[in-house]
Amino acid sequence: MDKFTKLTGVAAPMPLINIDTDMIIPKMFLKTIKRSGLGKNLFDEMRFDGEGNEIADFVLNQPSYRNAEILVAGDNFGCGSSREHAPWALLDFGIRCVISTSFADIFFNNCFKNGILPIVLPQEDVDKLMDDAQRGANATITVDLENQTITGPDGGEIAFEVDAFRKHCLLNGLDDIGLTMEKAASIDAFEAKASQARPWV
Amino acid sequence: MAKTLYDKIWDAHLAHEAEDGTCLLYIDRHLVHEVTSPQAFEGLRMAGRTVRAPEKTIAVPDHNVPTTLDREKGIENPESRIQVEALDKNAKDFGIHYYPVTDVRQGIVHIVGPEQGWTLPGMTVVCGDSHTATHGAFGSLAHGIGTSEVEHVLATQTLIQKKSKNMKVEITGKLRPGVTAKDITLSVIGKTGTAGGTGYVIEYCGEAIRDLSMEGRMTVCNMAIEGGARAGLIAPDEKTFEYVKGRPHAPEGADWDKAMEWWQTLYSDDDAEWDEIITIPAEEIAPVVTWGTSPEDVLPITETVPQPESFEGGKIDAARRSIEYMGLTAGQKLSDIEIDTVFIGSCTNGRIEDLRAAAEILKGKKIKDGIRAMVVPGSGLVRAQAEEEGLAEIFKDAGFEWRLAGCSMCLAMNPDQLQPGERCAATSNRNFEGRQGRGGRTHLLSPAMAAAAAVTGRLTDVRELM
Repeated sequence: MDKFTKLTGVAAPMPLINIDTDMIIPKMFLKTIKRSGLGKNLFDEMRFDGEGNEIADFVLNQPSYRNAEILVAGDNFGCGSSREHAPWALLDFGIRCVISTSFADIFFNNCFKNGILPIVLPQEDVDKLMDDAQRGANATITVDLENQTITGPDGGEIAFEVDAFRKHCLLNGLDDIGLTMEKAASIDAFEAKASQARPWV
Repeated sequence: MAKTLYDKIWDAHLAHEAEDGTCLLYIDRHLVHEVTSPQAFEGLRMAGRTVRAPEKTIAVPDHNVPTTLDREKGIENPESRIQVEALDKNAKDFGIHYYPVTDVRQGIVHIVGPEQGWTLPGMTVVCGDSHTATHGAFGSLAHGIGTSEVEHVLATQTLIQKKSKNMKVEITGKLRPGVTAKDITLSVIGKTGTAGGTGYVIEYCGEAIRDLSMEGRMTVCNMAIEGGARAGLIAPDEKTFEYVKGRPHAPEGADWDKAMEWWQTLYSDDDAEWDEIITIPAEEIAPVVTWGTSPEDVLPITETVPQPESFEGGKIDAARRSIEYMGLTAGQKLSDIEIDTVFIGSCTNGRIEDLRAAAEILKGKKIKDGIRAMVVPGSGLVRAQAEEEGLAEIFKDAGFEWRLAGCSMCLAMNPDQLQPGERCAATSNRNFEGRQGRGGRTHLLSPAMAAAAAVTGRLTDVRELM
């Protein structure tokens, strides 16, 4: 997993609430057995018409936002299906950070496993960043994970919260499985005890 | 200290807790399907890792499989075929339990698990699928995970977790005639919203929940995820134990007695503390349908399509967009909405009681001319039982297609899809834009309501046909 330390990039506004993982990556693209190459189908049905032509007014098709690396989104982003293809598609497109008032639980977890930072902020802060993001190519935002701050185009700073363990993993690009394997003795001990207490499992 | 049911199951599965509260939760059952697992198995191979507990890992293909009667000739779409073949190979290479497409026990993973007795009270159950919440009906802590977490569970039999908050959803009193588990679960989401459960594990309780069969309880818990919750739970009781007993992988003899001793302690203590409590009187719940593109867009069938301006904040634009996508007009009666497709099936409503409820409405009737209607049983065994009970004949006589088991048109990964603009009355769980096919329009409802819609050709109050 790539490290996430400090990101400066264009933020694209997506104020729609309840953007679900079916919107982020529709089911016909889930038939892959790989993690890569999904960026071209990110938001497929919002981005392209039935013939595969770009829909001009969709935000990521607009010249200013084609290279966006940050999304500022409406409430409950990533709801629905558990498909990790959603963060894979965002990452492959180049999005490394999503900011919203709330995220669906599974999507939120999936982001951290892929080097994407989801940031939860109060409505007023999201509203401010949404305004900033509306400025097109001038909508450059800096997200500093180490210091837990977001700096807007006008220099204004917003602080954000992040789980300490997840921050540590993102900053260092750590693989969860490797970390858990270091606790194998605890798992062995639990298994031995549980097989006595609940032999039917 | 007084504990909730969630607290009890959590505590019994805690393998490690770090100082910052990050926990390793031990997983008792890992269910696997073909769409969210190939990259996880590939990850294991690349790192030279094995499956830590293959005996606790169960795989079945369901999302991609064709449900037409000629499916033995194989899967036409090459990508779908490769995904199912990859699961065949991974199950064999890693030595996990497997129900291939040709096995009569094959079906939707969340129907197969309980049916085969893999799902038991007090367990932790995960699957790379959000509707894993279904298994909470047994008083097991069950939730969906992403593919990286699938790989993590395969390799370590644990998940890195932080504990959720406790929410109690109590449905008091008795349901009125024509009102089902599906109406309960949709009505709860209508009240809390699709993000209302975020950060919580919900325990459903109250007389109306107690009165439900195990299958009804699975329908309720299945859609906990649609309310944003990590999991939905129902405390096990005599109905649960009765349902579990004798199933192929349920404990027997001394193990059964020992299991029962623990299972009977699995309830929330009277003085347990809740972070949130929601109470809904059962008599206030009506047969409902969804009108929009989020499961929270739900109303009694007797209502009309709402005015977007009746909402607040971002929901105003979302409702406007939904109504336009759905091809509806604010103020239109829901029971005037004409449909062209009916889908009965899915992990929400693809069990035998769902088929019985639909068949009860269809008995001696025909579906309206021009309607395409299909029943996709949740498993091969559900299908066999429905045939034995004569339900298949009722469906076929009415004009329904009688299919083989799979996820089918719930998410339309296989050839069962809506065409742009087609409108479907569906017993499944998601009415998102494009969910059942690009441009397709989905109205969620109960199996009996779906059957009623098939007969009249429009969304219909099932009570008119009872």
